[in-house]
Amino acid sequence: MAFNLILFYLFAAIAVGTTLLVVVQSNPVHSVLLLIGSFIGLAGLYVLLEAPFVAVIQIIVYAGAIMVLFLFVVMLLNAPREAIVRSSMLESGATRAVGALLALAFAAELAWALTRSRTLAMSHAGDTPAFSVPQIGQRIFQEYAFAFEATSILILVAMVGAITLAGRHLSKNDQGHNG
Amino acid sequence: MLNPVVIAQLAILLFVFVMLLSSAAGMVYMERKVAARIQQRMGPTLVGPYGLLQPLADIIKLAMKEDVRPKAADPILFALAPIISAACAFTAFAVVPFGAETTFFGLLDQPVPLQVADVNVAILWVFAVTSMGVYGIVLAGWSSNSKYSLLGALRSSAQMISYELSYGMALAAVLVLSGTMSIRGIVEAQSGGLLDVSHWFLWLQPVGFFIFMTAGVAETNRAPFDFPEAEQELVAGYHTEYSSMSFAMFFLAEYINMVTVSAIATSLYLGGWNGPFLPEWLGWIWFLAKVGFLLFFYVWMRWTLPRYRYDQLMAFGWKFLLPLSVVNLLVTAAGVLYFGL
Amino acid sequence: MADLNHYLILSGLLFTIGTAGVLLRRNVITVLLSIEVMLNAVNLTFIAFGRFLGSSDGQIIVFFVITVAAAEAAVGLALVIALFRHVETLNPDAFRQLRG
Repeated sequence: MAFNLILFYLFAAIAVGTTLLVVVQSNPVHSVLLLIGSFIGLAGLYVLLEAPFVAVIQIIVYAGAIMVLFLFVVMLLNAPREAIVRSSMLESGATRAVGALLALAFAAELAWALTRSRTLAMSHAGDTPAFSVPQIGQRIFQEYAFAFEATSILILVAMVGAITLAGRHLSKNDQGHNG
Repeated sequence: MLNPVVIAQLAILLFVFVMLLSSAAGMVYMERKVAARIQQRMGPTLVGPYGLLQPLADIIKLAMKEDVRPKAADPILFALAPIISAACAFTAFAVVPFGAETTFFGLLDQPVPLQVADVNVAILWVFAVTSMGVYGIVLAGWSSNSKYSLLGALRSSAQMISYELSYGMALAAVLVLSGTMSIRGIVEAQSGGLLDVSHWFLWLQPVGFFIFMTAGVAETNRAPFDFPEAEQELVAGYHTEYSSMSFAMFFLAEYINMVTVSAIATSLYLGGWNGPFLPEWLGWIWFLAKVGFLLFFYVWMRWTLPRYRYDQLMAFGWKFLLPLSVVNLLVTAAGVLYFGL
Repeated sequence: MADLNHYLILSGLLFTIGTAGVLLRRNVITVLLSIEVMLNAVNLTFIAFGRFLGSSDGQIIVFFVITVAAAEAAVGLALVIALFRHVETLNPDAFRQLRG
């Protein structure tokens, strides 16, 4: 077996394993940390797919910034543990069994649909050139320039929105609620 | 049996690991000696000649202490936090080159770079691994289940995240000048010139160097930016509840982060292993000298400057350093376009 | 050499897990995390196709998806904080005031 294939299965196992645990865990702090593990597995897969730039960007932005945001919110909210545990999964085992069965059916259907594509003939493109960062940068700023500018406005809107929603409005009356 | 190049690479890996560990020990000694001299006292002199075996005594003492774990602490996270800190500190150094490509006097048939891994997105790799190091601190504070730890951890991690932005902008300015993200490429872009000194990026980017060093000091929670772990303020911040080897891991992680920041600053601004008067294969001596100077500068700053208060620290990072780094990037980019560097 | 099909099946699996998390969990933070899982599965599909079709479009689109996911996570968490100030729970079933 090629080394590549072994690495693929290793990273895929890490990604799937940690993602399953994310959904199953009752403690949200553990969920966030497991999701970071999943991102690291995915970053490994991106490197295998010859996209090291995106892999590193994923670690910096997703695992290093967004997950820290999640972690801060979970730690600062500190919802009472019993509430989390009690209402984390639907109570009856039958519901869970039906849910798992439906999930399996969905997964099988997705796998069938995705592998029917005509790209089967092209799936062994082993000699595609690896894209260097300058090439990607050129395309982003030339072809995708509008998307780039729109995304920057989106980030600005998100920043203002987040501060407005979560910030403490000292001039309003609801400062007395939870403070 | 094995390809000799692979053996050489493994040997370099082992060498870098051992050197990092001993540099942490050396830093412990240097810190105490330099601190003592700045405060006009002697420092460690009892253990070994000139107190040189003091770090060894410290390590033995730490290893023999009892490992206390608070009862309400989350066991997995409590054990995981120092591991994450130390692992990220070591991993960040993996892409730092400390010498030119060498064949070890003709023993090997193809030259091997003096570096653990030559990745062509190396600068981003360092940035990514440093971002992951924040988790060690946050988890340490959270899993200790203690007020002081949590407050210290949240402040410390908020500080690290804030200064990462200026850090990244300063890096981006260097990337504009060098055109490549591989650290080896950046060092090689600084070679040549008068006495091998005049092409350093330090002369083209003095403001960038200042921003990078300031942000680096804040990232490693040192010197004037160490409010979150100041002894007088928050007991000991995020590592209050840790003892013996776990505490040693945090200490180790902090010193190795310092070494990494100094090594990256050397490679980006001070020309890496380029220096006058020595042949290229001895470049690593210059690298060690420059990193040593920056580490001395770190210790010097700690024992000379007073500490920033937390809100002053955050205001400095967001309202002064970040706009300055953006302006630095713009001016650098304009300069490259205009002068065609 | 891992095939395109391998990557597609993997991303289908991850997408399913994410969807199951969104639909089955009763904790707002975990629901947001599951949405991130779904976005990541889609990213993997993009990069896999980009690699096997020889185009850098996959990487560029993933770049934008990551950015949009960041913005969405920030606003989502701000909403969670704002809601938490009114009712001290992370259970989305507790917010029923607009139900018909």
